[in-house]
Amino acid sequence: MTEIFGVPIQALFGQLMLGLVNGSFYAVLSLGLAVIFGMLNIINFAHGALYMMGAMLTWIGLEYLGIGYWWSLLLAPIGVGLVGIAIERLMLQWLYKLDHLYGLLLTFGLALMIEGLFRDLYGVAGQPYSIPEEFAGAFNLGFMFLPKYRAWVVVASLAVCLATWFVIEKTRLGAYLRAATENPKLTQAFGINVPLMVMLTYGFGVGLAGFAGVLAAPATQIGPLMGSNLIIVVFAVVVIGGMGSILGSVVTGLGLGIIEGMTKVFWPEASATVVFMIMAVVLMIRPAGLFGREK
Amino acid sequence: MMKRKLLALSISALLLPAAGSVLAQAGKISGDVVKIAVLTDMSGVYSDLGGKGSVLAAEMAIEDFKASAKPKFKIELVSADHQNKADVGSNKVREWYDTQGVDMVTDVLNSAVALAVAKVTTEKNKIMLNAGAASTRLTNEDCAPNNVVHYVYDTYALANGPGKAVTKQGKDTWFFLTADYAFGASLEKDTTDAVKASGGKVLGSVKHPLNASDFSSFLLQAQASKAKVVGLANAGGDTINSIKAANEFGLTKNQTIVGLLTTIIDIHALGLPTTQGMMFTEGYYWNLNNETRDWSRKFFSKHKKMPSMLHAGTYSAVTTYLKAVQATGSDDTATVMKQMRATPINDIFAKGGKIREDGRMVHDMYLVEVKKPAESKEPWDYYHIKQVIPGDQAFQPMALSRCPAVAKK
Amino acid sequence: MSRRVSIAYLIGLGLLLLAPTFIYPILVMKVLCFALFACAFNLLLGYTGLLSFGHAVFLGSAAYVTGHALKVWELPTLLGLLAGTGAATLLGWVIGSLAIRRQGIYFAMVTLALAQMVYFFFLQASFTGGEDGLQGVPRGTLFGLDLADDINLYYLVVAIFAGSFWLIQRTINSPFGQILKAIRENEPRAISLGYDVAKYKLLAFVLSAGLAGLAGATKTLVFKFATLTDAHWHTSGEVVLMTLLGGMGTVFGPVVGATVIVALQNELADKVGSLVTVIMGAIFVICVLAFRRGIVGESLALYERMIGQKGR
Repeated sequence: MTEIFGVPIQALFGQLMLGLVNGSFYAVLSLGLAVIFGMLNIINFAHGALYMMGAMLTWIGLEYLGIGYWWSLLLAPIGVGLVGIAIERLMLQWLYKLDHLYGLLLTFGLALMIEGLFRDLYGVAGQPYSIPEEFAGAFNLGFMFLPKYRAWVVVASLAVCLATWFVIEKTRLGAYLRAATENPKLTQAFGINVPLMVMLTYGFGVGLAGFAGVLAAPATQIGPLMGSNLIIVVFAVVVIGGMGSILGSVVTGLGLGIIEGMTKVFWPEASATVVFMIMAVVLMIRPAGLFGREK
Repeated sequence: MMKRKLLALSISALLLPAAGSVLAQAGKISGDVVKIAVLTDMSGVYSDLGGKGSVLAAEMAIEDFKASAKPKFKIELVSADHQNKADVGSNKVREWYDTQGVDMVTDVLNSAVALAVAKVTTEKNKIMLNAGAASTRLTNEDCAPNNVVHYVYDTYALANGPGKAVTKQGKDTWFFLTADYAFGASLEKDTTDAVKASGGKVLGSVKHPLNASDFSSFLLQAQASKAKVVGLANAGGDTINSIKAANEFGLTKNQTIVGLLTTIIDIHALGLPTTQGMMFTEGYYWNLNNETRDWSRKFFSKHKKMPSMLHAGTYSAVTTYLKAVQATGSDDTATVMKQMRATPINDIFAKGGKIREDGRMVHDMYLVEVKKPAESKEPWDYYHIKQVIPGDQAFQPMALSRCPAVAKK
Repeated sequence: MSRRVSIAYLIGLGLLLLAPTFIYPILVMKVLCFALFACAFNLLLGYTGLLSFGHAVFLGSAAYVTGHALKVWELPTLLGLLAGTGAATLLGWVIGSLAIRRQGIYFAMVTLALAQMVYFFFLQASFTGGEDGLQGVPRGTLFGLDLADDINLYYLVVAIFAGSFWLIQRTINSPFGQILKAIRENEPRAISLGYDVAKYKLLAFVLSAGLAGLAGATKTLVFKFATLTDAHWHTSGEVVLMTLLGGMGTVFGPVVGATVIVALQNELADKVGSLVTVIMGAIFVICVLAFRRGIVGESLALYERMIGQKGR
């Protein structure tokens, strides 16, 4: 058996796959952040809390309403998206004329509130949610047993990322969206309802977070704190990638997932901080981020 | 002008809490009110383990005591959320002791808060019966045997029980998943010692960061080690995520998972299909005998969850304290401590429990195995009791004590 | 300092000196530590326009270093405080040099991420005691005064706070402070005027980090322990909240904000149970939506308006 630094190469492939799974979560979450940032120019600090909400809604749906995984995959992101739209209409829209930092502060406060409320209602220990029957078991890839559910996470995430990219870059709606990002006033003058676009964008962006939450529900602890630990890493991912391009954030997310996975094998103590270290290095070499443009 | 007013305003905001406390001091309690405080985490990561349940347990203890012992003195209960902040916790306790006449504080989960509160308690010469914290420092480096009793569990007992018992069952090769901070390291070390002492071998370990979102990578390493037992030297969300991933990757088929700090709350959060076959040490189980069942069902009817060992421990601690006050007719710290030390503890939590000279309350612990879903007869019926670990074997022996107050003797 | 500010400053100082006769000195000291922390933060956010979301690490690192210096190295108290403050300043220089490469929202995210990295370092390092915290730090003596006595320590803390507060005011009103404000108002313009903006930003960041460190070092002395909470990002969020609630860019705003938040945390502890974070979050939201000038800023605005009406 070939070995690299004392690690069998088969095991290494296994870890690569797992890195890809985690990278998929990073990709979907940072994509949501990038979409929102592109249109609203705010960083959505509540992204982690809304990701958590997606997972909680999945569990609530099953527990109280008997809604299964597949329906949740559709309904929970819509539910989170609607919450997002309410947030945008009721609060965020009053802040667009101000310094963008206020958007960050507002969403930070919202994150605290959402997490606190769920904690008060459902406690912190978390809720059980089993893997849907279709995905019980694992694929034998030769070098590892890949649980079917993990494979599905990668497939579903990539599909959603690709669809988002397609809508924004290749469709008429996307063209409006890009125009509104570039020059809202002019776009409005052409008769396009820019506030509506902004609202839908925010709803869609947080809907992506909700989607990631549903994907995470069977695989991790469903608890009020699941989002806040993840979101700081995702912020670092976004800084590394730069928020300029959709594809950029997806590629960065996947790539960092893999790098983090490798760290877990060779230097597990550093796996919590490796993303931040990379961020520091990128800032020194290319402050605008790998795919970003200096404004 | 305005600024001055504002300043006055801000300063008076500062004074508000003090105004109340001055009044409280004026009507300082006489010896016939015993005041008990529950300091716990109601809003953070430990709030299911202690939290409102601990307050309820203390209330029940007071109620039951009033009904059975008919005390002449009044009993009051106060409680607070320390938000897992040592400064909030120690400030609150200081205020309780100084201005509200609190005699005893209990629960106090979270090691950092517990150690800080232990210092305040010693300084003010009051009593802490700690039911919540895990750190062995409370009875070792930072022991204060005249004021602090460590009541329910500690990392040594959690590690020692399964380390010995599981190894002796022939599951004698171990691999650890260890949370990369002091807590995880001490769990791993104590378990390793116990495993080796019982003739077992540790094949390796991997350190994972606190609150890691994904454990599959670490579990693959555990799987590759081919160890018979995978020990989880972590807690809370990390434990839950480790177990979920272990199940998904099929580790549970060939390897036994031992959660070194796992409680019934975690099992309930994960469900039996995911956790069946796991082993670990508990300080309490509701379904042990008629006595525990009766009490726990009463607790359940109010809390909608079965009690954790912290809840039962808090109940027991409050009861023990009240009994000692009743017996001596005093709430003086030294008198009560002496009485508690001299009397064996027999209640729904402990049988023949004894407070040792280093402040450790020694009682039986239970090595449990999680039932298969088919074996569970009712909700919360989760454990097979594999072994009762007698108190003198469960906890760190006095010979190993690092408590300066004891060493001097 | 303007005359009004000076008067308010002196009155406040007078009240502080009398305070321990009728109020809990430890609580006041805690308020003062957080007030200093918030003032240091305000120097950056309110006067330079930089939102750091990782300021807790400066509080935390100084707390740990001071604790370690006093407990393990057994340094005199003053040197312990200096060691903590120095460590925070150095860390501020490192993090600041990286963070100022990006602006606005990116700056906030970068500081948050770097702070999280340092947090993990503290979590894993053995000298911090992990989740047990660094406990039992001796207070020592200063000029022959035994600081174990709360009242003696109280006056030391008041002196530290008053001195730092004065230093911050001097900084704001100095030419250096004027340049910082110019950067906040219009960075490209400040650049075109020939100022090395990066240098000024970094200096402000380092100063702010150092003062936040002093607050952390003092806090260790007050409570005799340093814990992970001090370095956690929740604490970073709290200092933002204190500054925002009191009034960004106002002289006394952070002090008021810190007082209210610390008092709230203390008072709510036994009243609302698990809803503390919800309340904190709600205060954040309300401040951002309706109350952006904070308590002090809004009150001043109200006062100006009333004066204006009378004048007419």
